[in-house]
Amino acid sequence: MADATLQHNAAAAHGVAGEYEAPLFGAYSKKVGMWLFLASDSLTFGALLFAFSYNRIYTAWPTPFGKESIINATIMTACLLSSSLTMVMAVFAAQRHDSSKTRLWLLATMVFGTAFIVLHGMEWTHLIHEGLSLPAFPKPAGQLDTEYAKISKGVPQFAATFFGLTAMHMLHVTIGVIYLGVVALRKWFLPILGVIYIGAYFAIPADNVFHYAVHALLIGLIVSAVILFLKPKDYDAHDVEVSGLYWHFVDLVWMFIFPLVYLMSTKI
Amino acid sequence: MHDVAKHDDSKGQYFWVWGALLFLTAVEVWLGYRQVFEPVRMLQVLLLLSVIKSALIIGYFMHLKFEKAIMRWMLVISVTGCFVIMYFFFFPDADRVKPPPSGVGIGQKS
Repeated sequence: MADATLQHNAAAAHGVAGEYEAPLFGAYSKKVGMWLFLASDSLTFGALLFAFSYNRIYTAWPTPFGKESIINATIMTACLLSSSLTMVMAVFAAQRHDSSKTRLWLLATMVFGTAFIVLHGMEWTHLIHEGLSLPAFPKPAGQLDTEYAKISKGVPQFAATFFGLTAMHMLHVTIGVIYLGVVALRKWFLPILGVIYIGAYFAIPADNVFHYAVHALLIGLIVSAVILFLKPKDYDAHDVEVSGLYWHFVDLVWMFIFPLVYLMSTKI
Repeated sequence: MHDVAKHDDSKGQYFWVWGALLFLTAVEVWLGYRQVFEPVRMLQVLLLLSVIKSALIIGYFMHLKFEKAIMRWMLVISVTGCFVIMYFFFFPDADRVKPPPSGVGIGQKS
């Protein structure tokens, strides 16, 4: 390995033909690496969606989602689709080396992503308040006799697949927003993320599941800080394009979760 | 040095793709809310629409359409192959078990 590297360096120094052998996939290594990660991640979501579909066919599936939930989920979908468009604009701006526009488009993408998370969080809170729950969740006050409480008891797969799939996706969106924040603002993003974490921790009541889930932001803050301090750099067009690949993947996954989880459970 | 993927830089096509994705989402919502098909047929139709939407996202937004053919085919064939294996793993078993009467969940009396 070391010999090969030395030979390569020697060849590069002397301008020997073949020093820059064209990569097999015609793309830089970061991009190939991200594609391979996304391929593996798609199998994770694929397995979860297959398990959901299996349950959906096998079980007499409840259909509790009314107009309010469907409208909310449709707005969330529009947010993600719009964020993909702003992400494309960020990549174009980065290719033109227009750093201020790149930053603005990345921030717009983050705004749409954050709107998605907030809307999803409100939806979760509403459903949990109505009685849809998992054993691990904090229990709302009082004994509930609602439709959702009956579903949680009678068809536990419904709550398990709903919260499992959407939590996995929400985590990916959160990681995506942090990733874009690091690319757009670098070290300036760390104090912002810290303030958001502390604010969210104290603003969300202790009986809300997001009071605990918000610690994902702290983990994101620590990981981002380690990366930014160990390898400080100005992120270039390649980095913006690779972060865009991740962001579009998050959008792509939702295109399956939204119809399967929400529309297949619409109240008739 | 291979640079950032170069392709047709006209931004108009991305707005068209965005519009098409929003339109397909509206069609899905309409189908879901009106319960146009019975559940298994609905699952198939919604999955088909989702596959079309994902193809638009992967092809245009993720620029796979503009990558080298070997990268396109390697990714598409490998991921699709894994999903086909998953399909054969899961669904023959789903057909084996008959669902309980409509409106009754597992563990409930009909």
